[in-house]
Amino acid sequence: MSAPACLLLRVLRQPETARALRETDWDLLVRQARRANLLGRLCVLLEECRVLDSVPGSAREHLLADRRLATRHAESVRWEAGRILDTLSPLGIPVILLKGAAYTLAGLPPARGRLFYDIDILVPREHLATTEQALHRSGWMSTHSNRYDQRYFREWMHELPPMQHAYRKTLLDVHHTLTPLTGSLPSHAAALWDTARPLPGRQGLYTLAPADMVLHSAVHLFYNDGEFAQGLRDLTDLSALLHHFSATETGFGAELVHRTQALGFTRPLYYALRYTSKLLGPSAPAPFAGQVPIGRPPRLLTACMDRLFLRALMPAHPTCADWATGTARLLLYIRSHSLRMPPRLLLPHLIRKAMRRRLATAS
Amino acid sequence: MRVADLSSAQLADTLRHQGLSFRIGRFVIHLQTPVLALARTFALLYGQYPLAAPGTFTDFRIRLAPPSHLRRWLRPQIQFLLDEQAPFKPLPLNHGFPLFEWGLNWCCANYLNQFLILHAAVLERTGWGLVLPGAPGSGKSTLCGALLHRGWRLLSDELALVSLQNTTLTPLPRPVSLKNESIEVLRAWAPTAVMGPPAVDTQKGVVVHLQAPASAVARSEETALPAWLVFPRYQPSAELQLQSYPKARAFLRAAENSFNYARLGTSAFRALTHLIDVSDCYELTYGNLALAVDTLSRLSRAAVKDSSA
Repeated sequence: MSAPACLLLRVLRQPETARALRETDWDLLVRQARRANLLGRLCVLLEECRVLDSVPGSAREHLLADRRLATRHAESVRWEAGRILDTLSPLGIPVILLKGAAYTLAGLPPARGRLFYDIDILVPREHLATTEQALHRSGWMSTHSNRYDQRYFREWMHELPPMQHAYRKTLLDVHHTLTPLTGSLPSHAAALWDTARPLPGRQGLYTLAPADMVLHSAVHLFYNDGEFAQGLRDLTDLSALLHHFSATETGFGAELVHRTQALGFTRPLYYALRYTSKLLGPSAPAPFAGQVPIGRPPRLLTACMDRLFLRALMPAHPTCADWATGTARLLLYIRSHSLRMPPRLLLPHLIRKAMRRRLATAS
Repeated sequence: MRVADLSSAQLADTLRHQGLSFRIGRFVIHLQTPVLALARTFALLYGQYPLAAPGTFTDFRIRLAPPSHLRRWLRPQIQFLLDEQAPFKPLPLNHGFPLFEWGLNWCCANYLNQFLILHAAVLERTGWGLVLPGAPGSGKSTLCGALLHRGWRLLSDELALVSLQNTTLTPLPRPVSLKNESIEVLRAWAPTAVMGPPAVDTQKGVVVHLQAPASAVARSEETALPAWLVFPRYQPSAELQLQSYPKARAFLRAAENSFNYARLGTSAFRALTHLIDVSDCYELTYGNLALAVDTLSRLSRAAVKDSSA
């Protein structure tokens, strides 16, 4: 299944083509979009392009239903951000909102039609222990209570073990940097704080600077995340951020190049620009045109990555997969772990995870 | 064309291979299954439902099949798949039809978020809708099964689909799920009613599905406006009591009996407020089914609805 052949990708690139779809196409499109967690986003896109009215009634009901859920999710995220602020602000702990929560509170395009499953925040590493205690007192409990998992997150990764609120059941990931401590990419937490932007009206809450936001999204998708269930959704976020900031931030292109080199994230950015362009249409800001593409891997490696990423980033739906998709996802899963931890830790870790999964499905 | 217009061989063959699209009211379900027993029960209980033309948009694409490993032969199992994903663990093969029904309930409760969905039976008479919210054990399904054989039209036995824009109740008439003692009670109540084969040893005990009347299926695109919200409470040997229920408490109780109230937020709050506003709210305690049915039927015959209640 190539990118042009996948219906969802076709409509995401050119929403107007949806006018010509038959009912049976809508059936497939809704299923692909739902599986890719993009049904609400698709609804918003069709609305913006004034195509929604031409969608057959039943399909439109499903689209609107997900968009309605997204509205509710946005309300919840704003409220949760407020509760987190109430908990940490009195202790003088600044909080950077990451990903979806940041997009929502900053009113950025990827927030529209978005469904959330957790909230990601970043706090200074020196305040990590205090943060955890304060959140605990406010009702967030640590998940993953066994010793191995605790060590995995705290010592090797870049975050606390995920927390869940005891009553509200909302999930919270607390990071102190953007990349794992044991990983292959450098970690520059201090630099992030230097350029973080305060959220108007919410003292103590920040978002990353635009260039950092794009880079974090790229790093998360191409380096941190081993499972691509949300891959296409994350890619559409990247594309939307690039388009938006190119239009609204003067000198964004130059700043992005400068920041990429300063933080050492050139390779993730290369992949981000390459795959948003290949799958969703050109999104690179104008200043990149004509410049030597920074971070480009050797030609052979690029060819390999194309074969893997162009499959793994498809909607996780059977109609968007071919014979090699499962293998591609598995290889990228192993790759993401090998980028996060050195070989001596990697193999035992993967074996442990595989055994746990097998026990879970057998029980 | 309806499901019953296919011969049993044609039906089994279609279900096994390309699958069958059929309508339940305004919804279209696509079902695929190689399990013959399931095909037979489906033919019995869904015979009156119209087929959907090929190429129609389907709301849910469902497959019921043995999971692909040893369990095909050793203590055989059956799995429910929605668009090729399994939301639940497999069940024993002979629980296939209940699994289809429970799975379809789950699909509707999870994905039909264009409605406020209450865990309630919904029936209509003289143009007005009766909503019976109830947790398992409240007697809602038994009461529903009895009412639909005494002049009430079935809209749903499990899922009240309330419009988010007004109070309209959308039908989704499907076989009524009966458990344990209710089965014999309904057999005595309606001796000519068609019931499917019993599934024994399920999580809920013995489960049987009662066919939805052909008239309910024929009118399954006719919505209804609600008039009464009645919380049933079955207690063996209890005296019949129909008590007015305070609206604020009815609101909270209905919200607790909703599948997606929390998921929808403000729009659910408004829709439920509107529903409670226009409905007379009661709690019905009963031990005798006939008296309960009679009481509710008298409610529907009342010429004047006191809208200030």
